[in-house]
Amino acid sequence: MADFVSQFRENRTALVGAAVILLLVLVAIFAPQLAPHNPIKASLGDRLSAPSEKYPLGTDHLGRCVLSRLLYGARISLAVGVVVVGVAAAVGVALGIISGFYGGVLDEIIMRLVDAMLAFPSIFLALAIAGTLGPGLGNVMIAIIVVEWTRYARVMRGSILSVKENYYVEAARALGASDFYVVTQHILPNAIAPIIVVATLGMAPVILAATSLSFLGLGVQPPTPEWGMMLNDGRLFMRRAPHLTTFPGVAIMITILAFNLLGDGLRDALDPRARTEKELR
Amino acid sequence: MLNYILKRIILLAPILLLVSLITFSILYIIPGDPAETILTGPGGAADPKAVEEFRVKMGLDRPLHIQYLKWLNNVLHGNFGYSYMTEQPVLDPILPAFRATLKLAVASMILSLLISIPVGIISAIKQYSLIDNLSMTGALLGVSMPNFWQGLLLILLFAVYLGWFPVAGYGENGDFEHLVLPAITLGTSSAAITTRLMRSSMLETIRQDYIQAARAKGLSERVVIGKHALKNALIPVVTVAGLNFGYLLDGSVVVETIFAWPGIGKLMVGSIYMRDYPMIQGCILFVALVYVAVNLVVDILYTFLDPRIRYETKAKAK
Amino acid sequence: MTLLGVRNLRVHFPTEEGLVKAVNTVDLEMKGREKLGLIGETGCGKTVLGMCIMRLLQPNTEVAGEIWYKGRDLLRLSEGEMRKVRGREIAMILQNPATSLNPVLRVGEQIAEAIRLHQGLDKRTAWARAVEELEAVKIASAEERAKEYPHQFSGGMQERAMIAMGLACDPALIIADEPTKGLDVKIKMQVVRLLKEVVREKAMLFITHDLGAAAEICDRIAVMYAGEIVECAETSEIFRNPLHPYTQGFLNSLPNRGLKPIPGVSPSLIDIPSGCRFHQRCDCATEICEEEHSEMVEVKEGHFVRCFLFGEKDA
Repeated sequence: MADFVSQFRENRTALVGAAVILLLVLVAIFAPQLAPHNPIKASLGDRLSAPSEKYPLGTDHLGRCVLSRLLYGARISLAVGVVVVGVAAAVGVALGIISGFYGGVLDEIIMRLVDAMLAFPSIFLALAIAGTLGPGLGNVMIAIIVVEWTRYARVMRGSILSVKENYYVEAARALGASDFYVVTQHILPNAIAPIIVVATLGMAPVILAATSLSFLGLGVQPPTPEWGMMLNDGRLFMRRAPHLTTFPGVAIMITILAFNLLGDGLRDALDPRARTEKELR
Repeated sequence: MLNYILKRIILLAPILLLVSLITFSILYIIPGDPAETILTGPGGAADPKAVEEFRVKMGLDRPLHIQYLKWLNNVLHGNFGYSYMTEQPVLDPILPAFRATLKLAVASMILSLLISIPVGIISAIKQYSLIDNLSMTGALLGVSMPNFWQGLLLILLFAVYLGWFPVAGYGENGDFEHLVLPAITLGTSSAAITTRLMRSSMLETIRQDYIQAARAKGLSERVVIGKHALKNALIPVVTVAGLNFGYLLDGSVVVETIFAWPGIGKLMVGSIYMRDYPMIQGCILFVALVYVAVNLVVDILYTFLDPRIRYETKAKAK
Repeated sequence: MTLLGVRNLRVHFPTEEGLVKAVNTVDLEMKGREKLGLIGETGCGKTVLGMCIMRLLQPNTEVAGEIWYKGRDLLRLSEGEMRKVRGREIAMILQNPATSLNPVLRVGEQIAEAIRLHQGLDKRTAWARAVEELEAVKIASAEERAKEYPHQFSGGMQERAMIAMGLACDPALIIADEPTKGLDVKIKMQVVRLLKEVVREKAMLFITHDLGAAAEICDRIAVMYAGEIVECAETSEIFRNPLHPYTQGFLNSLPNRGLKPIPGVSPSLIDIPSGCRFHQRCDCATEICEEEHSEMVEVKEGHFVRCFLFGEKDA
């Protein structure tokens, strides 16, 4: 563990990622204090105005302050990321434990289900689910959870299979420990590190998927500020107000970039050799 | 070889069955009654008689498992269902839409490989050089840049300001000038991933003993890298070609929407707006089948590329 | 006539742990058709020496000294000139055939490409020559085997293929790096016998820690320790009359001589001990051995040793 920490410290880009994420979290928490304007208050006299002293990043088609909307938008993106990754990881870890620990028919069923989920391009499946459920942030989150849990199930199952071989698991069982005890005391602590890495790396695709679906009009509904939706709104005014197509994109990119940097750093610190395999996942 | 392919297909059967179940159940997560939801227009609640008629016509009145089996039977006979909107077979619009998507995906894939293979190689053999740092920074930005934003920026720059390419559309038949911007959008984001992979794979390869052995024969660096290293370094890139294709399909959803490219992504988004559930179902099933088929082909291709892979062990690992 | 003359060679390369002083003031002479054994424990710098002659070390390696081959200093050749030496004049048989053969190229192609390059033969003729080379190293049904990939070969066959690859362009000097490593006794004997036969007309630098194999093949033996040569003499002389305590210890660790290991471990090439590099493990070490570094002394004709036990005798 100490080795892990020192490895991670050496990785400057990962530290930058962590710092940016911390900053984003602060922005999300203190959005009401930071925002110069009410993010949902239309002010039709100031429609589509370019960045100015009053509106540092300009206004949108309803005269709302883009900066304020971006600051509030951080809340949605981060919350969606955390909730979706949290629930998907919980579901995936639980199924992964069942699969890896009990094996047999349950393992077979769960792993075939994972295979079947992976047979769909993930955004397509999420889109189909979110689209059928109907617009709304909750539905978008459900849809992304449905496609995201598989990665945690696979990783969890994999680490359980390798931990299971270890003698202390055998020893604990020989001493008559319950399954619950063995899993929580012996297996989980050993399998948790890879899950943390996968969860960090999983933030970027989740936020990306959520903003994509919002961009397509399926996520939060107006007037709640959300980055993907802001980009979609700005599309129509591309020529008159290019700032509307620029700033929300920058916000999304910085967020994704920060999570990618942090995730890459964590992974390298944990397992410097596993570079090639994951590159596309 | 034929045995191996057959084995792979047989192993796919349970997965395909699950895929069909998942696809079928999408219709049943509609909040409330599908017939009512569909027939409820802006004018208010639907006429109960019309709802009942619609239900019977679409077979929604029968028990679930019968509906599934009937649907599966139809699918196996090439009938993916009928659109709620046009009442025509959903495959009628899906097939041409997929052709457009395929055109975009192939163009993007070619562009992606044209960028990522050379850049990845140069980055690896000149590790930590300026060019390596630049291309890795570019790749990181590319990975982190959402497709829809990149597409909008390209439109803003090359269509709106410079006017070199049309803002959106398909032209007569997916004309070149219409293809350029969406293909760049999808291709560069895929290239960002592939470049990183190519680089790390190449770095791994040039450390191998057989690279030194090749140099010991007096071969020039061009042959050592271009023949001995490249052939090995490409294997991981080919391995993920299937995933990469899935990535392109995923990207096509927003890219086609932005560029009004009449592909399957745009068709899907459109049918969501129209609540045309059979069309959604048809699209997702079709895309999944194509994706599965592409992965199968990649797996087979892979065995040709890497003579070490014994077909038996590969089949077992799956 | 001298074929290869290594003069005052020093090879240092930086690593994360520090500067590795892999080769330190090494001198070697080889005549045409001479078989010289370079003996030493793992990590004594013998492979680095071989790779240095081929100039296949990392670009950040610091190399000083001279490597004369047929009247030219290899260290002063351009990369293009050096490429013409590799494979054609001097061939190296790398250790670990399992990893030194390219897994995705046919074995025949890996031999034929060097032939095409150096002898300018067309594809078909070069392939036929590659098959002949495989026959020469006694690979049965060479024609079919040439079309196979390395993983289809057994360990012994892979080693033979490596030898065939080295011989393909009829070089004057072969550098064989641990060709018997990892082979079982029976296969090892076959490879040694084969090697002895095929290099009869050539010079060979035989890098190994296997004294038995070296005795079988080599005319002379140089013993390397911590990056330098500590003793060098004709093979029979080394076995009959080993002088350097390290050589004696090395011989005594052989199974047929009692299997007595040398106490201690060989020093890291990053922190090389001062004075005689062997003094910490040496029974005969005196004060001077701790402080001063002995020169190479010719104790009798053709028998050189780097040890104060003998330097003093002369002085």
